[in-house]
Amino acid sequence: MKKSHPVKILMFGWEFPPFNSGGLGVACEGLVRGLASCGAKITFVLPKPVDCASSACCFEFGEDASEKIRIKTIDSLLNPYVNSRTYGDTYRDLVVQKKRNIYARDLVSEVMRYAENAKRIAKNVEFDVIHCHDWLSFPAGLAAKEISGKPLVFHVHATEFDRVGEGSLNPDIYVIEKEGFKKADAIVAVSEYTKRVICDRYGVDQSKVRVVPNAIQADKYRAKFCDLNFKKNGKKIVLFVGRLTYQKGPDYFLRAARRVLEKNPEVYFVFSGSGDMERWLISESARLNISDKVIFAGFLRGSELIRLYQMADLYVMPSVSEPFGLTSLEAMASGTPILVARTSGASEMISHCLKVDFWDTDQMAAKMLAVVNYPALGQCLSENGSSEVDKFSWRESAQKCLSVYGEVSEA
Amino acid sequence: MPSISLYLHCHQPQRMKQYSVFDIGSHNPYFDEAMNGAILERITQKSYLPTNKMLLGLIKNSQGRFKVSMSITGVLLEQLEKRFPAVLKSFQDLVETGCCELVCETYYHSLAALYSKDEFVSQVGLQKKKFQQLFGFTPAVFRNTELMYTNSVAKTVEEMGFTGILAEGWEKVLGWRSPNFVYRAKDTNLALLMRNYRLSDDIAFRFSNRGWKEWPLTSEKYADWVNQTNIGDAAQTINLFMDYETFGEHQWEETGIFNFFEAFVWRALDHPQNSFKTLSELIQLYEPVDYVDVPHALSWADTERDLSAWLGNTMQQSALERIYALEKQVKGSGDETILDDWRKLQTSDHFYYMCTKWFSDGDVHKYFNPYESPYESYIAFMNIIGDLEMRIENGLRGKDQALQDEKLVREPVKRQSPKTILEQKGRKVYNKRKARETIVKSALKKKNGKKIDHAEKNIIRSERGKEVLA
Repeated sequence: MKKSHPVKILMFGWEFPPFNSGGLGVACEGLVRGLASCGAKITFVLPKPVDCASSACCFEFGEDASEKIRIKTIDSLLNPYVNSRTYGDTYRDLVVQKKRNIYARDLVSEVMRYAENAKRIAKNVEFDVIHCHDWLSFPAGLAAKEISGKPLVFHVHATEFDRVGEGSLNPDIYVIEKEGFKKADAIVAVSEYTKRVICDRYGVDQSKVRVVPNAIQADKYRAKFCDLNFKKNGKKIVLFVGRLTYQKGPDYFLRAARRVLEKNPEVYFVFSGSGDMERWLISESARLNISDKVIFAGFLRGSELIRLYQMADLYVMPSVSEPFGLTSLEAMASGTPILVARTSGASEMISHCLKVDFWDTDQMAAKMLAVVNYPALGQCLSENGSSEVDKFSWRESAQKCLSVYGEVSEA
Repeated sequence: MPSISLYLHCHQPQRMKQYSVFDIGSHNPYFDEAMNGAILERITQKSYLPTNKMLLGLIKNSQGRFKVSMSITGVLLEQLEKRFPAVLKSFQDLVETGCCELVCETYYHSLAALYSKDEFVSQVGLQKKKFQQLFGFTPAVFRNTELMYTNSVAKTVEEMGFTGILAEGWEKVLGWRSPNFVYRAKDTNLALLMRNYRLSDDIAFRFSNRGWKEWPLTSEKYADWVNQTNIGDAAQTINLFMDYETFGEHQWEETGIFNFFEAFVWRALDHPQNSFKTLSELIQLYEPVDYVDVPHALSWADTERDLSAWLGNTMQQSALERIYALEKQVKGSGDETILDDWRKLQTSDHFYYMCTKWFSDGDVHKYFNPYESPYESYIAFMNIIGDLEMRIENGLRGKDQALQDEKLVREPVKRQSPKTILEQKGRKVYNKRKARETIVKSALKKKNGKKIDHAEKNIIRSERGKEVLA
């Protein structure tokens, strides 16, 4: 790639805060900002169903960056955490009831329709490299590559193995991922952990995969909220943040909670997030007879979420398989000690945290109790954690991406 | 005639198990026998045996012109005695030559000097006793754990009858003065021997560092440095103080450390001005040139030479406070196993493992650290203390119980019906008596290995009820 002009990137993304439902949107935003601050120009393509609030595409990027980032939308029902069943629900809501029938009937067809639309954009936009995030946008990226002949970079935030586990793999999605990995010029994984999954499970050559960790804008989490009334009478809070779904391991969290409460009844367990396991978790906590100590806070964002992080004595990420785990960085930046599953990208990159095997609920409970019972432990984790988090910067991650672009352009 | 004094410190801790909160109350053993055995096995093979062989060879072949001083902690001696008698024998052989002086310290390699003078004095006494028992040797020179030193430590050490003490030859306390002279501890007659950290660390830390501009360090070059420092009146002694495990463990045999050192000794002995001295010989030979004032704690660790590696963070402070807060109860318990466990938990390594200073970078602090992180070691430590506290409590309760039982047996209470008791002495006494009966009964049941079934229980209960109500 010629160094003389700024790199122009055609990026296929999925969501953008504040209209995000998970870490993928946060990560995309961070990366795009980082790239823009390094001088790159980005055309960011998003799926967006027509009846969304129209403000959905008013993104605030600040003075400097606005000219470098252009948003384009494609009318589609896709969102990053969709699966065949939830797609069907949305489809029924929008298509059947509102009589809009431009969308495809099933998820995979919609992904393909999205890819067709991507071609149109690729024809009209000038760019040097295509960068797309996760399987839903892989066909779109491939289509753009076909039209333009430009190099293609796949950014993997999660694979089908992370999302649903080995037993319930969707073969269509697996095929799209595998094809994508084969045809991409380079693959970016968010952690060594994910790189291993890509190489071992999809038979991809190690040399094709680069690791670019996610990062965080830590200052956002440092503003202190002082009205923590709940904590005044010595109650302790252990926090879970994430989709309530198989991948995130909320059931292990709940089992550990029961073990903790056997030893210390002064602890409250808070779930923040929503998902397909929510109802089950509520009834299970009743069955375990701990429903008075388990709080379902729903999906929180922004200052509410930061406040929750700050209130918590411990943040736990018990994921069964977590490519990175941005929430653990958010908790650390908020000054909250963290306990993360070893099956996560975060656990390989963070030193100042506690680690546990997600299935070992006894150990998980033991470590929760340690933080709750020994204040010096939480204090050290918090102090060292909030300074360690500074090593994760989006600008640095963006620079790593830029060097990947350089490699694929020269090849 | 200037001297060279080599002092080696030899120690391995009893590393703790990954004690979980759910183990509290189980009274399971605190120390990981298997792991400690395996690590020690490796170190004896890589370091202790070959080093002792080298040292013994040097002493014999030089007809005693080569000399060495060393300390071996009680915690290590105990382990050697139990599992590696041949290794212990190789140390005994060294001492027997008369060219190897043993240097005293705290038996448990602890920080007791900072927290409890009583405990400190006891542990030094235990170490002396151990040296007597295993080597028939009475030490005259003292070194505190990790060369931790202050004026007041020196005073206590003098009171215990030692003639000399070791400290770091650090510019901040020496000022313009050189570490290569014998000094005196402030307000005492205790000789103060200062470590020449540059020449010591050239071997201990830098020897195999390929990034070091002096690498590879040859015996020739090193002997030259020593001789240059040691010319005429510029020095009395070069004090080379280091970890014993430098030989073969910190610096592996493959780095050439053994050959290097042997060659250095012969080169040094070739030079007519040089001679090796034990620490006591230095003290006899040289009058102290000045005293050194050390009001704040000094150690030989890290670039700071302070205590931050052991009490730099709140976990370390809270762990240390908690263990020393138990001193009175532990000693009051009269239980030797509790006392021994409590003391082994004082070993400074446990607190070193909790250090978070350079944890992210990974460095010397990871050396034989059995824990995944400083946090894990803190958790294990605090859980173990929790269990220890329970044992102390149970012990005390057990004692009370024993006293009571004895009383019961000695002066059997006149059998009175519950009704009479209720009438004559009131509800309080009745309840007390009843509670006591239940305790005795359940103790007997346990002893007989019998369980009362519910029917039986109900009968007893209703019989009682009738009696009481009648």
